[in-house]
Amino acid sequence: MASIILDKVGKIYAGGTRAVGDVSIDIADGEFIVLVGPSGCGKSTLLRMVAGLESISEGTVRIGDRVVNEVEPADRDIAMVFQNYALYPHMSVRQNLAYGLKNRGTPRADIDRRVAQAAEILQIGPYLDRKPRALSGGQRQRVAMGRAIVREPAAFLFDEPLSNLDAKLRVTMRLEIKELQRRLRTTSIYVTHDQLEAMTLADRLVVLNGGRIEQIGTPLEVYRKPASVFVAGFIGSPAMNLIPSRAVPHLPGSAHAGIVGIRPEDLSVAPDGPILMQVGAVEELGAQRLVHGHVEGEALTLAMPSDALLSDSLRLTCRPGSLHLFDANSGQRIG
Amino acid sequence: MKRTLFRNQLLPWLLLAPQLAITFVFFLWPAAQAVRQSFLREDAFGINTSFVGLANFKALWSSPEYLNSLQVTVVFAVSVTVLSMGLSLLLAVAVDRMIRSTSLYTTLLVWPYAVAPAVAGILWWFIFNPTIGVMPYFLDTIGYDWNHISSKSDAMTLVVIASAWKQISYNFLFFVAGLQSIPASLREAAAIDGAGPVRRFFDITLPLLSPTTFFLLVVNIVYAMFDTFGVIDATTEGGPAQATNILVYKVYFDGFVGQNLGSSAAQSVILMLIVIALTVVQFRYVEKKVAY
Repeated sequence: MASIILDKVGKIYAGGTRAVGDVSIDIADGEFIVLVGPSGCGKSTLLRMVAGLESISEGTVRIGDRVVNEVEPADRDIAMVFQNYALYPHMSVRQNLAYGLKNRGTPRADIDRRVAQAAEILQIGPYLDRKPRALSGGQRQRVAMGRAIVREPAAFLFDEPLSNLDAKLRVTMRLEIKELQRRLRTTSIYVTHDQLEAMTLADRLVVLNGGRIEQIGTPLEVYRKPASVFVAGFIGSPAMNLIPSRAVPHLPGSAHAGIVGIRPEDLSVAPDGPILMQVGAVEELGAQRLVHGHVEGEALTLAMPSDALLSDSLRLTCRPGSLHLFDANSGQRIG
Repeated sequence: MKRTLFRNQLLPWLLLAPQLAITFVFFLWPAAQAVRQSFLREDAFGINTSFVGLANFKALWSSPEYLNSLQVTVVFAVSVTVLSMGLSLLLAVAVDRMIRSTSLYTTLLVWPYAVAPAVAGILWWFIFNPTIGVMPYFLDTIGYDWNHISSKSDAMTLVVIASAWKQISYNFLFFVAGLQSIPASLREAAAIDGAGPVRRFFDITLPLLSPTTFFLLVVNIVYAMFDTFGVIDATTEGGPAQATNILVYKVYFDGFVGQNLGSSAAQSVILMLIVIALTVVQFRYVEKKVAY
């Protein structure tokens, strides 16, 4: 158990390319932090710097009360779950789990006890003597997590651990990871490009773009008050409508903002609404329906109950106080 | 697998004919000749030939020279295999760790494979020549008097080095490919699991390389036993005092220099059986037994 403090961390590759810059995050003991962003935003690089698999070019990383910049991965007291699981294919599940403990000279009886305990938590007891290739994707995922928890480390690092699973299993495993972390209370850093995964797992989200932090906050804070146009467009599904204010001049506050953000679910049909939408494609999701269309030539999406009436054009209004206003040049939130 | 159906019964045979002809003329026919001759004895002038049954094989089994050659071959094959595989694994691991210029080093390391065995032999013969070679000069400064013409162990060392050197390129290529097919995340996971570089190599890399290693083991033994004829012929000619007279060189020497066709044929039949055995081992086990 430990806090993790990143102070102005940066990564510059040998060729001079900057992958990460000026990242400062204070992670409390036991907190579940999710780094989220599009591919190439530097989130994996950042995680690998915490793990010690990448050197740290700038700033400091502290785990607990020591700076770990020059500490070997093995001595950082962290465990990592990899995207491809990285199970040792020639070892049985039991050997996979025990390997890290064996290397540290843990007594035999202690190893057996901890492996049995981890196997029970993750329900992989029946597979302990199988080789990884004889396991399904979900079971491999569990073994990979088992390898992390037997070590009882100060922190878990997850590098897109669910992206190799099918959609249904991903939802199940997501919940299992969340429950496991609640139970063990181990500080965790989790990397994903999936904003839904990020929202559901995180105590706090760190949204990254182009190697820099766009916003840090709880999932609801980030959802309700996105700090920039990038975060507004990235977090939330269906994505927020981001419209130049000239297309919606009658909305409150749009006069002094460059870009107006409205979530599709904050729009509703109203006969005297200020927005006139030309309806295009319609997606039925069951409980609700997504209506894609245009206002003054700008794309607009509306989420409506699936039993509401549709027509070629709709007059819309937005829920009071639900507008997000951004500066056109900086992309930063202004109200 | 694509399956083609021929309406004409003759066409597939015609298409196969050239390859079948080559196989027959250069492999099956000589092999059959060798088997036939191994049961015959010819007189010194090649006039009379008589059937002697297994006498040629029995004679070999009680011949100290043949048993010596067998022993020499085992020592030679094991030394060449261990030396060339060990060095190439070392080079492959070094190249695998490199980030830049990997392809340049790979290209340079592959060059020796293009050198003919006899040329490789002569190259090393010059380097180790007791009179004009550069290595004996250096060895002399540390007090070793190198002479592969009179010393049995020096002669063996020379042919082992020359043969292993040529095979390093081949092994190296396979080892590099094998190493690159091991996901980096496995080694990273092991690093986080507290295994240092040496431990990672023995616990993770080496077991995952085992299919490659086993394949190369068989290939190298076959190479050392058969393809090194040119090296031996160009350097020691089996000497001194039979010290480097490996089986394949003895077949040639007894048959074409000593003109003892029956014995030579029997020796080549034994070699043929060894190759068949190695090939069977290769095919049966390379995929199944050494997979993880």
